[in-house]
Amino acid sequence: MTVLKVENLDFKYPTKQILYDVSVTFDKPELVCILGPNGVGKTTIAKTLNKLYIPSAGNVYIDGENVADMSRLDIAKKIAYVPNSVSSAFSMKVLESILLGRAPVSGYSTTEKDLEIVEKVVTLLDLDELCERDISQLSAGQAQRVTIARGLVQDPKVLILDEPTSNLDVRYQMEIMRFLKDYAKEKQIIIIMVCHDLNITAAYADRVILMHQGRIFADGNVQDVLTEENMKTVYRIDTKVVQIDGLTHIVLNPL
Amino acid sequence: MDGNNPNGEITEKGSPSEDVLAMIKSKEEAVRFRESYSKLIRHRVLFIIIATIMLIITALYAITIGSYTITFTEVYENIWYWISGAEPPDITKYHIAAEVRLPRVLTAMLAGVGLAIAGTTMQGMLKNPLADPYTMGISSGAGFGAALALIVGFEIIAGGGIVINAFVFAVIPAVVILMMSKLHTASPTVMILCGIGMMYLFDALTQLFMISAHPEDMSAVYQWMVGSISGTDFTNVIIILVIVIAGSLVLQALSKQLNVMGLGDESAKALGINVENRRMLMMLVLTLMAATIVSFTGIIGFVGLVSPHIARVFVGTDNRYLIPSSAIVGALLLVVADIVSRTIVAPNILPIGVVTSCIGGPLFLFLILKARKEAWA
Repeated sequence: MTVLKVENLDFKYPTKQILYDVSVTFDKPELVCILGPNGVGKTTIAKTLNKLYIPSAGNVYIDGENVADMSRLDIAKKIAYVPNSVSSAFSMKVLESILLGRAPVSGYSTTEKDLEIVEKVVTLLDLDELCERDISQLSAGQAQRVTIARGLVQDPKVLILDEPTSNLDVRYQMEIMRFLKDYAKEKQIIIIMVCHDLNITAAYADRVILMHQGRIFADGNVQDVLTEENMKTVYRIDTKVVQIDGLTHIVLNPL
Repeated sequence: MDGNNPNGEITEKGSPSEDVLAMIKSKEEAVRFRESYSKLIRHRVLFIIIATIMLIITALYAITIGSYTITFTEVYENIWYWISGAEPPDITKYHIAAEVRLPRVLTAMLAGVGLAIAGTTMQGMLKNPLADPYTMGISSGAGFGAALALIVGFEIIAGGGIVINAFVFAVIPAVVILMMSKLHTASPTVMILCGIGMMYLFDALTQLFMISAHPEDMSAVYQWMVGSISGTDFTNVIIILVIVIAGSLVLQALSKQLNVMGLGDESAKALGINVENRRMLMMLVLTLMAATIVSFTGIIGFVGLVSPHIARVFVGTDNRYLIPSSAIVGALLLVVADIVSRTIVAPNILPIGVVTSCIGGPLFLFLILKARKEAWA
């Protein structure tokens, strides 16, 4: 099982420090959701994990190897990153866009194995009907599913997603979260997701990391992290946390 | 996502008959997926084959076109004498066919290939449909180098004339951009802005020399700037051939990485591409290729910009197919422009750069109107 370890991570821009001494370990196949208010450093953590951002201090290790010393290609063979949105100057077919996810592991030509893997993911994410369409014809939600598919075909040990459900309707949000939760177990991979929706997180996350002022404020299971006190401290909102049929629900009190 | 309901409970699979139906559906989807991919590839390969055949036929015809009267058969007989090394019966016809027209058409083809590949790579790596080999200030630099030789008589290497001057000054903007990219970032915006800066600088310097130039020198600079493939010989062809083949092979080898770079820098990095490094390598290669061509032919505009767009309408955006397709379109465009430039006001010859733009412009507009609008996001 792959182990991703973050040690004493600091990240700062010239005028502002974003992350302070963040240490966290991911060593189980699970769906981990990173929560917190805007600007708290959720995406920054996600991007330092695969060297998209270079931390000002601290290290990230994957299976004992320091990510800072690894080539981009070697990192991409282990860690996939799904951005919140992708823009392209020229349109391409959905099928081609997903196939690009195989770039780190395949050579110049598209192999039979590439097609097999893409085919499976396309079926899993119900993208069959969209394969021959151009990316520019897709709705924001469809484009987001294509981007997730591209991350999955990379066949990573760690999958990082930056708000992957932000453009999806509630039905697709739930389907994607359910899918990712099962996929982590089935493929024995770590899935780390930056998200905003408290109830979606409560329903599907195996583990929740709550960020506050550039630090990890709480880290654990849903019941331990998503408490009324934590919501009050981190988001400065009043909530009521209730358990219905074993599931945690966060009821928001209007401001 | 079959088998899961929104609450996360795994639903029971249906009866055996439903399982069989699901299996058949899955197989049908797999077949459809493969067919869809095969169709895409077949379509692209077919375009490359058809365009290549058209190019060969057009080029063979172009060699027979010119102000000197010489029959179709005589042209190819004399080219055969040149290939076999046999003694030609008529030295004038031999000279016209083998030493004037053949290198001229070969230069047109090679210049078209090189400029089109440079344009395709430039548009892909800068994610900008308006980019072409001249966006980096190559043409302005080359123009200034030529003006220096023609007006002032300054030669960087004694005896090198316009060609060496144009080549060196065409490469200077790229060197400045590479240095700026190292100091700042090799982002598309930084590169384009640096290119525009260099373009204005060299254009202004050229204007400065032209203001004080003798009318004859000014006319010579102007003629060089509108581009011409007349007067090229086999020595020129071999130099262009070597550089264009080497450059094309390097850029074709990088074409898959160029595809990934089309997703944006962040996504490309996450997919294992060292984006800045690759962008600088591509720029270096395409600059050398375009600068070599420009130094021999003068500034032939539009081919580098329009050929990738025409090819994109037919083969899509996968650079593994787009680069060769665009190369063939570029070559075809220049060979057709060469034919038109020699026939439309015969026996006078129009500058090929002017004809290229006159043919390419309306053709481009027509294709934009006819094309699937999705070709451009």
